[in-house]
Amino acid sequence: MSDVTLETPEEQPIKLVENQLPDDNTVGDKVVGESPLHHADLDSIAQKGPQEGGVYFREQKLMGMLTLRCVPSAAQQKTIKSLLGVALPMEPLTSVTKGEGEEAISVRWISPDEWLIIVAGDKAFELESRFHEKLKGHFSIVNVSGGSTIFEVSGDHVVDMLKKSTAVDFHISEFPVGKVVSTVFAKSGAVICRIGEKHFELVVRRSFADYLWLWIQDASREYGLAVKA
Amino acid sequence: MFHIYCPHCCEYREEEEFHASGQAHIPRPLDPDACTDQEWGEYMYFRKNPRGIHHELWVHAAGCRKFFNITRDTQTYEIKEVYKIGEQPSVVANSDQ
Repeated sequence: MSDVTLETPEEQPIKLVENQLPDDNTVGDKVVGESPLHHADLDSIAQKGPQEGGVYFREQKLMGMLTLRCVPSAAQQKTIKSLLGVALPMEPLTSVTKGEGEEAISVRWISPDEWLIIVAGDKAFELESRFHEKLKGHFSIVNVSGGSTIFEVSGDHVVDMLKKSTAVDFHISEFPVGKVVSTVFAKSGAVICRIGEKHFELVVRRSFADYLWLWIQDASREYGLAVKA
Repeated sequence: MFHIYCPHCCEYREEEEFHASGQAHIPRPLDPDACTDQEWGEYMYFRKNPRGIHHELWVHAAGCRKFFNITRDTQTYEIKEVYKIGEQPSVVANSDQ
């Protein structure tokens, strides 16, 4: 016991966050990200499969997702608004979306002290770092991009397909555009957000992505399913 | 096919999204070391099993994942009241008054 000398490691600044995307410079060849439905080869199905259908399916691949947890004070809300460009949706089951394409940001209410922030995959680390830099007080922000994937479903029969999978009422009077619910979806779970009258986004667990993709194919069969790239 | 009101989501949701977590209002003794065995045993193991009004802890497991309290009639399954943690029930059994 006494022979053991405990060396004090040199003081190193604690790294609060690390970029989960590989650095191309350190690995030589470019590493290509593979989404949870990579094996399904949706791009080929989109080309060769049916172009029209009652339900359209698309996987939003490799999006950046951050879980923010805090009970924000007025000052924190102000800082968060400046960081995100949009105010946190404080009302239960609401969401806000701003911008399009690479610049798009979507913030979803998950619980009274939890929000899901969705940005382009390569923007997550930067946003997370800025939170640690600017936001003061008690909060937590975690990059959960790797844990989930996003399914985008649309079409004339999209509500019929969803009705087979979950008990949530999707009538437009009960479930307006912008509403978001976390619920049981086909015995798995999903965060469902209505982004248009016949247009929904489902945030699903990556380990359930294949199962839910098979489920959605089955549930959409009678309406015709078309995959979009 | 049983709807439960979540006081955090502020709407009714299907029962399958929820889990019951047993009797509500069981405070942990503030100083466990100063408890008698009987006090600790009652805190740890002994629960009510009433016929009629029962205060229960539930969690919106598939939704907002928050805990809240339900006052339920164990005979009829009727939910009399839903209230947040820290609040007191307004519906109580006659024997509790």
